Amino acid sequence: MRLAAALIVLAAAGCAGAPERAPVPPELFVVVPGPTGHVGTIVVRSGGAERVLDRAYSAQRIAGDGSASPAALSADEVTREFGSTLESLPGRPTSFMLYFLEGRDELTPASRQEMERVFAELKRRPLPDIVVIGHTDTVGNLAYNDKLSLARAERMRELMIGLGIPPERIQAAGRGKRELLVPTDDNISEARNRRVEISVR
Amino acid sequence: MRKSLIFATALAFAVPALANDIGQVKVAKGTVQIEREGKRVPASVGTPVRIADLLVTGADGSAGITFSDNSLVSVGPNSVFAIDKYRFDSTTHVGEFEGTLKKGKLAAVSGKMVKQTPESMKIRTPSSVMAVRGTEFVVEVKDPAAAPAAR
Repeated sequence: MRLAAALIVLAAAGCAGAPERAPVPPELFVVVPGPTGHVGTIVVRSGGAERVLDRAYSAQRIAGDGSASPAALSADEVTREFGSTLESLPGRPTSFMLYFLEGRDELTPASRQEMERVFAELKRRPLPDIVVIGHTDTVGNLAYNDKLSLARAERMRELMIGLGIPPERIQAAGRGKRELLVPTDDNISEARNRRVEISVR
Repeated sequence: MRKSLIFATALAFAVPALANDIGQVKVAKGTVQIEREGKRVPASVGTPVRIADLLVTGADGSAGITFSDNSLVSVGPNSVFAIDKYRFDSTTHVGEFEGTLKKGKLAAVSGKMVKQTPESMKIRTPSSVMAVRGTEFVVEVKDPAAAPAAR
């Protein structure tokens, strides 16, 4: 096997009359679409040449003689070749928003339902890093809202701990009315500002 | 109140606990080791990752790491991946990430630094340098002894 490969490399080098190059490990680079279908761009530079890959499954191969050539793979080929590698990618960092009743640390009925889905996602991760940040609308003074926002975040944190998520994996903080989702004047009741943002990775 | 404010500002993310930690092993299957300062130790879910670490997997191994800028990198079986450079400013999102896939397979999803500065993440291989403008890609460095039949 090794001998055959070496002979092929030698033969190829001989035919092309190319200067003799030490064999290199063959390489393959492929752009893969993300879960939402977004396709990114990578730039592969080798042997003084540069190739931009920006289509789904567009690829660049480097052969054993160091020569580079474009390639296109199918989704199936990528799965076959990289399946176990792709499966080992950690869960993608993401965030969720849940909304609260006015002046309270109780979720709205709609958000209480949504919470089930969010918590299921948090539980699915083997080692989650979770940050919960509470917010309020502008009704009331700064100190009151700082306290209320923290109470909202802490409430969510306690529920997560109740689900079995280790406490040291969850940080909670309140931002009061300092970071409005929807800008308003002071002392305005605005449902969309009464929220927690839960980030997980 | 002041305490909670400082806390909120300081939170980039809960972990890594130590300043030297740039990421964490989130997935580990089969034989996974990290070589640090010449010593090779088994890595498992929760193991912190640092600059100059070498991630090594066995024939049955694969592993996934989440970095502090939310970059995700995984390696497949029989792989060796070196973390050559890493820095990330969680305020400006400016950073630099350079790794080398010496052999095996790698999959990655770029994070905040690439979003801020395209090509700030680079993956080197024996013959190439790949710069990442975004977002998801795979790389393989084959065993020359197994080529060209293996495909």
